Amino acid sequence: MSLFRLKFILKPYLPHLALSMLNLLGLTALSLYVPRVIRQVIDDGIIPVNIDVIIRSALILLGLGLLTAALVGAQRFISEWIGGHIGYDIRNKLYDHIQHLSFSYHDHTKTGQLISRCIEDTRAVQNFIGGSVVEIIQLVFLLIGALAIMFSANWQLTLIAILPIIPMIFMTFDFGKRITALFFHVDHMLGELSARLQENVSGVQVVRAFARENHEIERFDETNRGYFQARIKVIGTWAKVMPTTDFLVTMCTILILWFGGNMVLTGELSVGELVAFNAYVLMLATPAQQLTWLVNAAGEASAGAKRVLEVLDTQPEIESPPGAVNPSTLRGEVEFRDVVLKYLDEKKDSLTNINLRVKPNQLIALIGTTGSGKSSLVNLIPRFYDVSEGAVLVDGVDVREYDLVGLRSQIGLVLQTSLLFSDSIRENIAYGRPDASEEEIIAAARAAQADEFIRSLPEGYDTVVGERGVTLSGGQRQRVAIARALLMDPRILVLDDSLSSVDTQTEQLIQQALDKLMEGRTTFVIAHRLSTVRRADLIVVMDRGRIVQTGTHEGLLAEGGLYKEIHDLQLIENKFAEDEEIVEKEKLEVRRTKDFG
Amino acid sequence: MTQITITPPAYVTQSEELYDKALDPQVARRLIGFIAPYKWQMILSALLMLAATVSSVIGPYLVKVAIDDGILAKNPLVLRNVVLVYLGAAILRWAFIYWRVNIMAWVGQSFIYDLRKKLFAHLQKLSLGFYSRYSVGRVITRVINDVETLREFVIWAVLAIARDLFALVGIVIAMLALDIKLSLITFITIPLMVLATRMYRARARFAYRRVRAAISWVNSVLAENINGIRVVQAFSRQARNYSNFSDFTNRYHLQTVISAAKVAAAFLPVVDVLGALATAAVIYFGGAAVLGESISPGVLVAFVLYIDRYFDPIRDLSRRYDTLQSAMAGGERVLNLMDTPVEVRDAEDAQTLPPIKGDVRFENVSFNYSDDPTPVLRDIDLFAPAGSTVALVGETGAGKTTLVKLLSRFYDPVEGAVLVDGIDLRKVTQDSLREQMGIVLQDPFLFNGTVRDNIKFGRLDASDEEVEAAARAVGAHEFITNLKSGYDSPVEEGGVLLSVGQRQLISFARALLADPRILVLDEATSSVDTQTEQIIQRALATLLKGRTSFVIAHRLSTITNADKIVVIHDGQIVEQGTHDELLKKQGMYYDLYQTGFQE
Repeated sequence: MSLFRLKFILKPYLPHLALSMLNLLGLTALSLYVPRVIRQVIDDGIIPVNIDVIIRSALILLGLGLLTAALVGAQRFISEWIGGHIGYDIRNKLYDHIQHLSFSYHDHTKTGQLISRCIEDTRAVQNFIGGSVVEIIQLVFLLIGALAIMFSANWQLTLIAILPIIPMIFMTFDFGKRITALFFHVDHMLGELSARLQENVSGVQVVRAFARENHEIERFDETNRGYFQARIKVIGTWAKVMPTTDFLVTMCTILILWFGGNMVLTGELSVGELVAFNAYVLMLATPAQQLTWLVNAAGEASAGAKRVLEVLDTQPEIESPPGAVNPSTLRGEVEFRDVVLKYLDEKKDSLTNINLRVKPNQLIALIGTTGSGKSSLVNLIPRFYDVSEGAVLVDGVDVREYDLVGLRSQIGLVLQTSLLFSDSIRENIAYGRPDASEEEIIAAARAAQADEFIRSLPEGYDTVVGERGVTLSGGQRQRVAIARALLMDPRILVLDDSLSSVDTQTEQLIQQALDKLMEGRTTFVIAHRLSTVRRADLIVVMDRGRIVQTGTHEGLLAEGGLYKEIHDLQLIENKFAEDEEIVEKEKLEVRRTKDFG
Repeated sequence: MTQITITPPAYVTQSEELYDKALDPQVARRLIGFIAPYKWQMILSALLMLAATVSSVIGPYLVKVAIDDGILAKNPLVLRNVVLVYLGAAILRWAFIYWRVNIMAWVGQSFIYDLRKKLFAHLQKLSLGFYSRYSVGRVITRVINDVETLREFVIWAVLAIARDLFALVGIVIAMLALDIKLSLITFITIPLMVLATRMYRARARFAYRRVRAAISWVNSVLAENINGIRVVQAFSRQARNYSNFSDFTNRYHLQTVISAAKVAAAFLPVVDVLGALATAAVIYFGGAAVLGESISPGVLVAFVLYIDRYFDPIRDLSRRYDTLQSAMAGGERVLNLMDTPVEVRDAEDAQTLPPIKGDVRFENVSFNYSDDPTPVLRDIDLFAPAGSTVALVGETGAGKTTLVKLLSRFYDPVEGAVLVDGIDLRKVTQDSLREQMGIVLQDPFLFNGTVRDNIKFGRLDASDEEVEAAARAVGAHEFITNLKSGYDSPVEEGGVLLSVGQRQLISFARALLADPRILVLDEATSSVDTQTEQIIQRALATLLKGRTSFVIAHRLSTITNADKIVVIHDGQIVEQGTHDELLKKQGMYYDLYQTGFQE
């Protein structure tokens, strides 16, 4: 059972669980003792009318009542305390682990499902461990105790009476097994429901734009109904087992009545013995019923535990190796050696036979059609994915030998879609270096041409952005993301099509700033605009996962091939001669390149 | 572990999350409203519960008969009959319980199902303004987790409360019948109980609201960071994020759970204290009464035995009351979401927009977002005749996106009106408008499902051939057929396995398939490579033909080919006209053009 595998979570709380157990035993003892005191009052105080006994007993009962009250409160608190801490620990573990799972895992996992595991599944486990574990232990003792008393009273009758208990035990075990599987499905459906909702909320604009609300309502309904059915199945199973347990306990009484009655008739047993024996049998009734409840709770918790463990058992594919090299300041030499990359679910290699050597401080432009492998290529440098064959080397060392944090902290990355977090702009820029000073943050924002617009926001650098904050335009987000990367002062800078959603004026400003910043760093740029590509030291032309051409702008133009095709296409697009002139004039200022308009 | 005070972000503690209005009766009444359709099932359940109780109460009586008339009377026939009756009663009891549990499960789950269905349908109506205020995580908390807190309650508690109340009434009557004075002594505990409950309720509600709010916070942090996992890893933020989570968000949740536990732990024992007090008082006063011979010892004995039974249902009720408080805190938030007003709603007499030609007119339109009085658009006057292409030009944040959002009626103008074919958009249903519009957004969003499903999203009844034709038209067919299962390849959440360019092509195909009369393109052409862009440009040229289109683009070719260029600055239209006209004017467009829209 998955629940047992989570016992490492329990370890720190064993003393607390023991305390909880003691507390519960105290409560049980009290609940058994109080009726005796009451009987004593009746027998010695009320019937013979003895006021001293009455007063004394009243005081004793008051005292016992207060003690019970204290234990009831304590029990509640301890169980919530243990459950709360266990939930806290599991969520921490899950979160930590999820953060370290590699890109390839997250590519195939729905956020809603992961969240569901951290919240609902964890809750099932914590409720069970906090509340029910000690109860189960107590229950087993009670059952054994009741049986022992029965045996000592009359073993022959007991053997008859416990006949129905045997199928009950089997049924309970079987129920536990089945209910776990059913709960697992319930949890899965709840996760799906959560994922469906998450997706719908994220894509709300598209849904509205196409007026597909009803379609979405139907899709949600499908999952909602699936969850409904999964739950009904669980309760349906429980609905059979619970009254059956009840029935089997009643069967004990019936058997006693029949066999015991006949024994009395034949004179083997006295009526008093029969009545007393039946009272013992009734002691079985309550715990037997509770048992089904608790097994049900255990099933739910076990299913939750299984889902929690599914995540924890997934090994991050990409981790720092033992004895990892922690790089000092990298020079910034990057080499791809016979690299092949095949994603998990793709039928074809995404990168084939990539060989590329980049000297420190070079500017590399990657160009090619959409899906030609440019992003895949740069994703290999910070080890977001590992190569399927070959190797990627930085400063002559295989990236798989570096300490991950050491490597990644020297690589600045600006992705295609710039994601910011719900936090102040200041925190967002300082994301990679939370210790950065105010001056450094502003300097990075200036360099990314973001300082001006940030200052015009209502609260300047303290303006909260992201999911819940001020909505920035695509271009503004992009600039904050660039500032974020620049603050890292990376040795290797990767700009994945990062200028696509800023307007042209801003682009030029950023471009100028970037020109300065690229100096003294190895920079990979994925770009579609030739203006960016032209100034690269090395242009890499990609097609269908292969490098088809490398060289400088002039060299590649002279060579012909795909680069020239792309270049000519863009020229046709900019069909006005004057545009070219403007571009060219500007180019001349930035870098003296040959005019070929 | 040191106790530190954690201040959660404002949105967690906001008034709407922890509002003070004690809505108990209202919340409860409205939630009960959701169970109302199932009242017959509930009544049947109650009857079944009663029947099951009778069949179990009958047990001891049967035992008595078996002993008195069977065993002691030495009549094996009676013994056999009694045993058979007992067996019959047990079987009936089995059936009653089985039946009742199934009915209640069905009712409870239906309640949850209905609630989520209503919530989701409401979410589909809420304006985009709502979504910019509510994070994904918070929406999930309400629809998933808060609704879950209600589930257990409805299924198990409703009937149990009824049962406890019945039992209580029965015992109270029995006690009164036995002795009024002693009963009154016992009942003194009732006002004390009420008082304790009141004091508890205020505290519990507050504590449980905080727990719900804390879960909402946990959810938000998880949703955001799992979504942004690629950035998290790129910046090696794992350690820092972990300590933020465990030291703040997760710990705050733990603290709220523990303070709620403290409140409950203080309340639950009250019953036991009062029970002890009542027992002691009855024994003491009763004992004196027996001495004074005003009551018989037998009555006192019976009474003492009853007291315990009297407190049993009360003990159970107070435990239920605790769960109820937790459930109500969730219920409150669920209703709160359901009550969020729909900002953009169809007018009551809204008409279906007839098939349109596509004339678009903005009349003196001004707009600001509801939470910010700064005008985003001012006095926009703009006319686009059917079939024309309008290029919107201006700096980032000038208001271009807002303008097209008004055209799609994601928001309503604060002043003025947006008219299509002379019809004010506020007078028509949103569905009938959007069915005739196509919108391609900046970030192409794809849904879980296959590539085909995603294209089909544009027109659900499209045939496979039409889907393929649309894909071919935008040049997406080639890469799609190269995918593992072609058009049936799964697209994962957010389409991460496809490149941005590929996602964009799919979103084009989707818009193309919708065959809209009015097309809005929001900076969508910008991140596709030149070759693909060429294909798309061609496809768009055919697509734009005969449609009114609003394009936000930086591409010179798109801009110069437009029938009308509208230059927006600071929320106002500063210039409009054709490329040549505007160049001659030497105004802002000329300046923009000089600095270069182009490559």
